[in-house]
Amino acid sequence: MSFAKTTWKNIRRSPYQALAAILIMTLTFLVISFFTFLLVGSSKVITYFESKPQVTAFFKNEAKQSDINSLENQLRSTGKVASIKFVSKDEALKIYREQNKNDPLLLDLVTADVLPSSFEISTIQIEDMGAISNMLNKSTLVSDVIYQKDVVSTLSTWTSAIRKLGAGLIILLSLVSIFIMATIIGIKISQKKEDIEIMKLIGATNWYIRWPFLTEGVVYGIIGAILGWAFATAGLLYTTPFLESFLKGIPVLPASYLDLLALLGIEVVFAALLGVISSFLAVLRYSK
Amino acid sequence: MIKLDKVSKKFGTGVFGLSDVSFSIENGEFVFLVGPTGAGKTTIFRILIRDVLPSEGSVIVNDWDVVTLPKNKIPHLRKKVGIVFQDLKLLLDRTIFENVVLPLEVAGIKTEEALKIVENILMQVGLTEHRDKFPVQLSGGELQRAAIARALVLSPEILLADEPTGNLDAATSWEIVKLLSDINKKGTTVVMATHNRDIVKSLGKRIIQMEKGKIINDEKAKKEEKEGKKK
Repeated sequence: MSFAKTTWKNIRRSPYQALAAILIMTLTFLVISFFTFLLVGSSKVITYFESKPQVTAFFKNEAKQSDINSLENQLRSTGKVASIKFVSKDEALKIYREQNKNDPLLLDLVTADVLPSSFEISTIQIEDMGAISNMLNKSTLVSDVIYQKDVVSTLSTWTSAIRKLGAGLIILLSLVSIFIMATIIGIKISQKKEDIEIMKLIGATNWYIRWPFLTEGVVYGIIGAILGWAFATAGLLYTTPFLESFLKGIPVLPASYLDLLALLGIEVVFAALLGVISSFLAVLRYSK
Repeated sequence: MIKLDKVSKKFGTGVFGLSDVSFSIENGEFVFLVGPTGAGKTTIFRILIRDVLPSEGSVIVNDWDVVTLPKNKIPHLRKKVGIVFQDLKLLLDRTIFENVVLPLEVAGIKTEEALKIVENILMQVGLTEHRDKFPVQLSGGELQRAAIARALVLSPEILLADEPTGNLDAATSWEIVKLLSDINKKGTTVVMATHNRDIVKSLGKRIIQMEKGKIINDEKAKKEEKEGKKK
């Protein structure tokens, strides 16, 4: 009758083998999901820092508006600047008040005069930050320059390390699951050798015999992927409140359900592929 | 039609299973292949369904040249030639119905149609009431009939039966032979390997006698030879 029925029978009649195959797939996809979360999260953090003004230059009190304007033109003419925002003393006070609204003591102490006006500059490329900040440092109008090069470059290093580690682990686990599944399905084929022999003698084509084993591999893969994804997602949702407070204001979480479902979709397709590859290996190896 | 021309089969051990065997069987014939164990009867059957290749000679089954048949055509050949194996080769974890329906599944015939065909065949061999039993629950004669049913289910033009009465008592053997004879009357070519002399003698069909891989007596061939000489 249908391949699905034969497949189901094969799975049901050897529960331990099925469980082993599903568990290794679950582990693989748990790791894949976990590293995907980590990578997406860290790249969101980087984007956040990159979109923030990367160089902030505070002006001396005596700096004149006309000089500031000419400095702005000078900066723009370098062609390295994506945006420049002038923050006046009043605006600085506003920001300060907003940040410290819960502390009336701090609010009372500070007036617009105390706070410096500033430029918030973002460069087109991170590497240009050094040149821009040098330029600002040389200017007589500027009292202080701060830039976040360190944050971004540290994060970038971490992210690329995570990416390499993740890719390595995913490749390793994919290979492990392919070989384990191929072995499990190979054992099943060996166990059914006599049946296969008989079916061939009464006219079964090779593919008639192979299909149930292929679908079996795919079923293991898909179940494993769904379980792995579910565990990882449950973990993510459970830790979201804690992570949110840890990431203070950096908009990484909560993850959108659409993204999570898209991840599930990709994983299921990948799992089906792993299943097909491993069953195919087994079929070629054991059914001649 | 089956036609073997100077067929030899040398096994890996160097022993000749068949040497220089030639005979032809017309459509609709009933032929006994007789001889002691090791005479080469089973080897002929295995060659006819291309389970093994002959070392020499040509083999024609229907319009297929069995020797040069490409691998992907073997399933087609096997669907046209029903075979009852000496050891039956029923699948022990499937019911009689599931065993008999298997060739139809393999051939991709729709479930409803397959159901009808199997019902019919089971009635023909008298196993309708045992359809949901497993092979271990049946007697030797019943298993033999189940194997015949499976061989017949695709309405093959040729039916090969290898020692179908091998382990059966006289009365049951007769039932089986009668069944095969009925099948033959409907137009199917039947080749039955046996060493049961009583049955062979009393049925009065063509007999090909073999010993140690050679044909030592073939009435039909002799007759043709005589006729040839007369001419």
